[in-house]
Amino acid sequence: MNLTLYVWRQNGPEGQGKLEQYEAKNVSPDSSFLEMLDEVNQELIETGIDPIEFDNDCREGICGTCGCVINGRPHGPQEETTACQLHMRQFKDGDSLTLEPWRATAFPIVKDLVVDRSAMDRIIESGGYTSAYTGQVGEANQTLIPKPLAEYAMDAAACIGCGACVAACPNGSAMLFTSAKVAQLASLPQGKVEAAERVKAMTATAIANGFGNCSNHYECEAACPKGVSVKFIAKLNREYIKALPK
Amino acid sequence: MQMLQNSVGRKLVMAMTGLFLFLFVIVHLLGNSSVFIGADGINSYAEHLHALGPIVWIFRLVMLGLFGVHIFFGIQLTLENRAARAIEYNEKKNPRTSFGAMTMIYTGLILLAFLVYHLLHFTMHVTNPEISVGALAPDALGRADVFTMMVLSFQKIFISLVYVGAMVTLLLHLSHGIQSLFQTVGWLGAETLPVMEKIGRAAAVVIFAGFISIPVSILLGLINV
Repeated sequence: MNLTLYVWRQNGPEGQGKLEQYEAKNVSPDSSFLEMLDEVNQELIETGIDPIEFDNDCREGICGTCGCVINGRPHGPQEETTACQLHMRQFKDGDSLTLEPWRATAFPIVKDLVVDRSAMDRIIESGGYTSAYTGQVGEANQTLIPKPLAEYAMDAAACIGCGACVAACPNGSAMLFTSAKVAQLASLPQGKVEAAERVKAMTATAIANGFGNCSNHYECEAACPKGVSVKFIAKLNREYIKALPK
Repeated sequence: MQMLQNSVGRKLVMAMTGLFLFLFVIVHLLGNSSVFIGADGINSYAEHLHALGPIVWIFRLVMLGLFGVHIFFGIQLTLENRAARAIEYNEKKNPRTSFGAMTMIYTGLILLAFLVYHLLHFTMHVTNPEISVGALAPDALGRADVFTMMVLSFQKIFISLVYVGAMVTLLLHLSHGIQSLFQTVGWLGAETLPVMEKIGRAAAVVIFAGFISIPVSILLGLINV
């Protein structure tokens, strides 16, 4: 199959970017989206043009490194799928694809489709941890956690921190990302100790880093490659209300 | 007040002021629907309200506060959210959200403009003094004739259109606002959220239908002086 790509090219953080047109020829429907970009880049290199910069690492949908906005949707049109796990059979011969970086003030563009997501790390640093005294290894069943609670925490922990929620949110908010960590830790005994400070600190850090506010559009949930639910945002809100008198 | 700087804190303020404004809208609709009983209904309702004296003014001040806070934070949060995406996408799809949700700031500001007009019209009698209660003779029981004022007002097609247009705006605003406030206070889960979205929209439609039934009934001649 042959496709026309419109790719955001930008030299650096200060550069003036624009969409450039490229042709992707003889693309195998079985190749992944990133493999298609690899082949386009190979041709660009051979013709002496700078290859398209894009983030990627594990290429198996678990690391959260890859991602760009494909035809207006973060990670492309397939539900609950990272860009690396998206296959070209999702598109038709002759399709045009517009590729843009995550657009958020909190995510400065590094180059082309690569953005700096360290603002998300700063949210985690401000409270996405539990202070544990590490002595002897504890007995495995010392702290009993009911199965539904463990499942709930695990669903929240499924977040891979890719930033698609921020890219999808009309407000550029990181609330789904923040809530996934807040909900995961607040539902477990080890995380309850610092729950109040955590929710206040993490939500404050998000705003301080230029993320927007959540106004319940739920675009984050629709874009999340791991299906993280906005029920965790409701949980974050409950945790915030509980933390208010503290 | 850390809460008034926090993202979630201000979201809660929006939800709580929004809840009380929504409750006011319901009470206002129930009160106004006494127009269907006729002059006796709405005129005695209006007289009882005014007989409350200072309580009316306390109520008005509380309403002013609720509106003020809701509007202030609504604008502030919207400006922050715009700044959080300073550069727009060339192409962006929003498959999940709704038209009502995307236009909250606009419908909110239109409702503010309508509110000013509505007060100038029915409360301060500035826009149509010739058909205000001050210019009209009291009813048979000597009460201010709110009924005749409403009927003569809505018989003017322009005034009716303004009110119906404003209620379309309210419909859009509530279609997102009602479900949103339940999510914000943390009452919704994965199963209840889609249900509450439907309930919220249905409630918005009921409120809309209730309010426009008054000018529509008057225009159709179902309510007449």
